Amino acid sequence: MRSDDDWGLSRLLVVFLVIINCMAPAVTKAGDKMGPLIPKGKGERCVEETGFMRRNHMELLKHQRDETLYKGIRTKRHSLQECIACHTVLGPNGRPVTIASPEHFCNVCHAYVAVTPDCFMCHASTPGSSDPLPSGDSNEGK
Amino acid sequence: MSTRCTCAETCQQAGSVPRRSLSCTTCTRTTGGSESTKTVGTMVSRRCAITGALSAFVVSHGVFLLLSKVVAAKPADQSVSRTIRWGLLVDVTKCTEGCSSCVDACREEHGWTGFGRPATDPQWIRKLFLKDRATGYAVSLPIMCQHCEFPPCVDVCPTGASFRRADGIVLVDRHICIGCRYCMMACPYNARSFVHETPRNQQPHTPRGKGCVESCTLCAHRIDHDRPLACVERCTELGHQALLFGNLNDPRSDISQRLASYASVRVRPDLRTNPGIYYQGL
Ligand code: HEC
Ligand code: HEC
Ligand code: HEC
Repeated sequence: MRSDDDWGLSRLLVVFLVIINCMAPAVTKAGDKMGPLIPKGKGERCVEETGFMRRNHMELLKHQRDETLYKGIRTKRHSLQECIACHTVLGPNGRPVTIASPEHFCNVCHAYVAVTPDCFMCHASTPGSSDPLPSGDSNEGK
Repeated sequence: MSTRCTCAETCQQAGSVPRRSLSCTTCTRTTGGSESTKTVGTMVSRRCAITGALSAFVVSHGVFLLLSKVVAAKPADQSVSRTIRWGLLVDVTKCTEGCSSCVDACREEHGWTGFGRPATDPQWIRKLFLKDRATGYAVSLPIMCQHCEFPPCVDVCPTGASFRRADGIVLVDRHICIGCRYCMMACPYNARSFVHETPRNQQPHTPRGKGCVESCTLCAHRIDHDRPLACVERCTELGHQALLFGNLNDPRSDISQRLASYASVRVRPDLRTNPGIYYQGL
């Protein structure tokens, strides 16, 4: 009775594994084609492990935000200003694109997953924003 | 200038109402920890008459020296602390009428350039001209957020966006500001502005957005990096020397020394907000 049960379970597992195995390549392929094309940041690696960043960048930013505002902690590692400095994408005019451009680093995935953080309503989306940008190319939030 | 003094023991000769201070910078008793809100119930601040307090100040000075630590530049990963109370001293006698360089410097630093619409344009710092009609004595002075110890704007804020940093800087957390503008109503100094129009080309160090209230941040981003405030820097560069910035809790700081040697006033002391901005020669 007992061994019969075990056997049934193992069989199910094998079938399951086989199915998964067949699907996996298809999934990866589709992902390659359909996923967002993420521009690479400057340097070798991100401030944390890439996979971690993909999933948790919003938490890091939120934490850093409160640390900076309330405690005056201005470490560079998780600072939004630093993300922007390292993740600049140059436009056809050779200047960093603003959040108005779909190519902006912070836009590519967000457009894909349909989230619209409003950070760049206030925060500069390029490393330096002192010189005026041509109209229509503003930092206005999207 | 009110003559009410709250240093219970030291300043009674000023004919004042003796009250224990919350953050009295002269009373050794209360300065060190400044865990004020817990220890004292009455929300009253020191308002020592300069004359009455002077002797007390000298007496307590020595003790305070022992208590206070040398304030070095804060490392980036360390929290601001209550051992510091940032303050600004405006020497009105050195502030000239035609000059608006502090205002310009602030505007450039923070990018709050307006749209030529004075009714709605933001204004973090402005120049004020006062004239004594009887004597003709005229002064000009900059006025901005007074970084009160008991800021009315913080009291009325429904979301907690208005807050006071441990080192005395009153700020708006614009991530949670809902733009209700209660704080603007509550501020006796008319120091805050509402952003009516979409700002463009924000400086990376000064995010600004429509629908939020904003005001002088005492250049917190500069202070945290141990750089001079934009207004102070400009005023000093131009040789006017009308603005002096420093730690009010450190009796050896330039600002404390100056405050100890010359009479100063604060705006609307009767409101007992205990501002961090002092004026001399007013
Ligand atoms: C020193 C430069 C640098 C800084 C600063 C930096 N990044 Fe990165 N970031 C990179 C690089 C390089 C990669 C690509 C790493 C890789 O391909 O494995 C990356 C990858 C990422 C990814 C994953 C992208 C992908 O390909 O899936 C995210 C998300 C990300 N960064 C967000 C941030 C955020 C948010 C900040 C600010 C807190 C930040 N980064 C700061 C350099 C930086
Ligand atoms: C690798 C793709 C990717 C990149 C690049 C990326 N994000 Fe995200 N981000 C996401 C995803 C996916 C979510 C949604 C997560 C969720 O739904 O919980 C998200 C959510 C967020 C959120 C929270 C939004 C909300 O409403 O909760 C913030 C804030 C954010 N990202 C900031 C940034 C910033 C700033 C950058 C540029 C420095 C950036 N992200 C770049 C993938 C990315
Ligand atoms: C309404 C305006 C506004 C919006 C919207 C806003 N911020 Fe901020 N943010 C500010 C201000 C003001 C500061 C304080 C800057 C300072 O003191 O240096 C700040 C500071 C920060 C900081 C610390 C400084 C730095 O560069 O690291 C982080 C991190 C941050 N914000 C993250 C975010 C994120 C993530 C979002 C979007 C989800 C966001 N902010 C949206 C106004 C805004």
